[in-house]
Amino acid sequence: MSDNQFGDVTLGTTGEHSLSTTAERSAVVQAPGVTPGQDWVIVTRGLKREYDMGGEIVRALQGVDLAIRRNEYVAIMGPSGSGKSTLMNLIGCLDTPTAGEYWLNGMLVSKMSDDELARVRNKEIGFVFQTFNLLPRATALHNVELPLVYAGVSSDERKRRAKHALAQVQLDHRMDHRPNELSGGQRQRVAIARALVNDPSILLADEPTGNLDSQTSEEIMRVFEGLATSGQTVIMVTHEPDIAAHARRVIVLRDGLVASDDRRSAFKQSMGIS
Amino acid sequence: MPFHEAVRLAFQQIRIQKLKSFFTLLGVMIGVMFLIAVVSIVEGMSRYVEEDFAGALLGVNTFTLRRGTDVRFGNVSEAEWRELQRRPRIYRSDVEQVRAALPSGVTSSIENMTFAYATSAFGRAKQVQAVGAEESYFALKKYKLTSGRPFSSQEVTLGSKVIVIGTEVASHFFAGLDPIGRELRIGGAPYTVVGLIESQGSVFGFSLDRLAIAPYTSPISRVTNPRGDVRSFVVQASNAALLNDAMEEARSVMRGRRHLPPSQPDDFALETSASAMSFFQDLKGKLIAFGTALPAIGLLVGAIVIMNIMLVAVAERTREIGIRKALGARRRDIMRQFLVESASLSVLGAALGIILGVGMAKLIAALSPLPAGVALWSIPAAVALGAGVGIVAGLYPASRASRLDPIAALRQE
Repeated sequence: MSDNQFGDVTLGTTGEHSLSTTAERSAVVQAPGVTPGQDWVIVTRGLKREYDMGGEIVRALQGVDLAIRRNEYVAIMGPSGSGKSTLMNLIGCLDTPTAGEYWLNGMLVSKMSDDELARVRNKEIGFVFQTFNLLPRATALHNVELPLVYAGVSSDERKRRAKHALAQVQLDHRMDHRPNELSGGQRQRVAIARALVNDPSILLADEPTGNLDSQTSEEIMRVFEGLATSGQTVIMVTHEPDIAAHARRVIVLRDGLVASDDRRSAFKQSMGIS
Repeated sequence: MPFHEAVRLAFQQIRIQKLKSFFTLLGVMIGVMFLIAVVSIVEGMSRYVEEDFAGALLGVNTFTLRRGTDVRFGNVSEAEWRELQRRPRIYRSDVEQVRAALPSGVTSSIENMTFAYATSAFGRAKQVQAVGAEESYFALKKYKLTSGRPFSSQEVTLGSKVIVIGTEVASHFFAGLDPIGRELRIGGAPYTVVGLIESQGSVFGFSLDRLAIAPYTSPISRVTNPRGDVRSFVVQASNAALLNDAMEEARSVMRGRRHLPPSQPDDFALETSASAMSFFQDLKGKLIAFGTALPAIGLLVGAIVIMNIMLVAVAERTREIGIRKALGARRRDIMRQFLVESASLSVLGAALGIILGVGMAKLIAALSPLPAGVALWSIPAAVALGAGVGIVAGLYPASRASRLDPIAALRQE
């Protein structure tokens, strides 16, 4: 994942270089129906999601325009009810929008069938959840292997790649342990290894530190930082400003719409984080 | 997910919940157990009848000329019964004509048989199978004598009061004694025992050694055929082709003597072991049908139990299903996982049922006169049945699992 297949994207150690500019983003968003360029990993145009709650229509997303370039490290923030969970489900291909376009890696995901979505989740998205969501009866190694099982990878190759992914998060010495024999931070690192094992286009983390103490949270944030530095696209959904401040770009949602979309420095300033 | 992966996962799941899995497959296990036991016993009976019963009682390449068929199964209609009653009896004059027409190389004997009480100075009265026959009867039946001699043709001509007895008759009436030369009374007439037949064993717990054979011309005819006719005339050929020739000769002689036009059916019966077997085939079909109906209900109950447990499993593992879906499992992957799991449970139940069923059949065979023979086809059939039951029972729970919404499933605690 460290090899740069896209020559026009500059990888930098500080990360600020790979950020897309506001002008670039609005150009790609304001072109409905057009397949975005190769370096845009996520583009949404007027994304809407409505729920029918017993006759009452709840508008969770009311037209979200987003453009995220490959190798960006983005946090999506917002208070509860702002629609960030809905947006994360849509980005994660767990849900389909009521209206609007969602392009993932040049594919129009918003029009896909159930099975196609499953395939996209398998190949393109690595999930990291607040509650880890590891299979309790399976070892760390087997948990990491799971996405490869559904990708149809042979058993030997699966083991090799799962061990490599666990080594990336410094957990290769714990691979034969079950989740209940691991600490919270270790569990989340197993989940990160599982997310990375199939070499996804995006790492999608939903409140990854929500169940961890502050010290372990820092440890997980360092893992994310390392991944982002090595060129992995990371999208993190959180409601904690100081966790969001680890990302290089912060998108704030309010009432189902994008309220602000800034570089980290501007976000820190507005939140008063040093 | 590849199939072998699903099987591995299913067995892992079964291993984790050993007790629960065991109770789940209990229904299928019991159903298959009784199914195998019933099929084994019916199969064993039919093999026994075909191999031993037919040979021992009716003989191979043998036909019997009678007034009506000996063995009847099912309902005889009024008209059939009347027809049987109207048939003329067979007399010695008929037998002589038939015998004269038989090709050379066949053995034949009159066989007048009935159950009658016998007495002796040493034992209480007891029913024996009294037979009036000719001297050729011993060769025809392949009876070997352990002591004494069979009666001779002269004794048949004279109607001598001599008798050859089976081992059970000997042990009852002459316990601890040498029966040869002693007196056995049947129907009031005294007979001198001249020979003892080797033990013939039993069929369905019915002893073949309770017989007493005297010349058909002796006073035994008052017991076996009080009307003076011939009950049956047995003909044995050395091979099937000769048997057919002999049967056709016998038929034409009999039809000629009765002046039957070609349009009229025989008013006598020519019975072979094969024709007697057809009645048993009929019986076997009914036994299988009734004997499998009950275990089939067991299997149905087993299927319902599996379906229930699988529904519980889907509810319990909603979160796991959500995780698998999030990681890229398609509907058919989840469907397959749960189908394979229910089929594995059911096949495991069937396998245990086969082992217990075979054991049960052997136990019944050992403790009762019923024979048992495990039909090899019943084993793959039971496994296939188990898999079928599992798949059918798993269909609804698996389809429910595959349709779960991943977001809702992941949110479940």
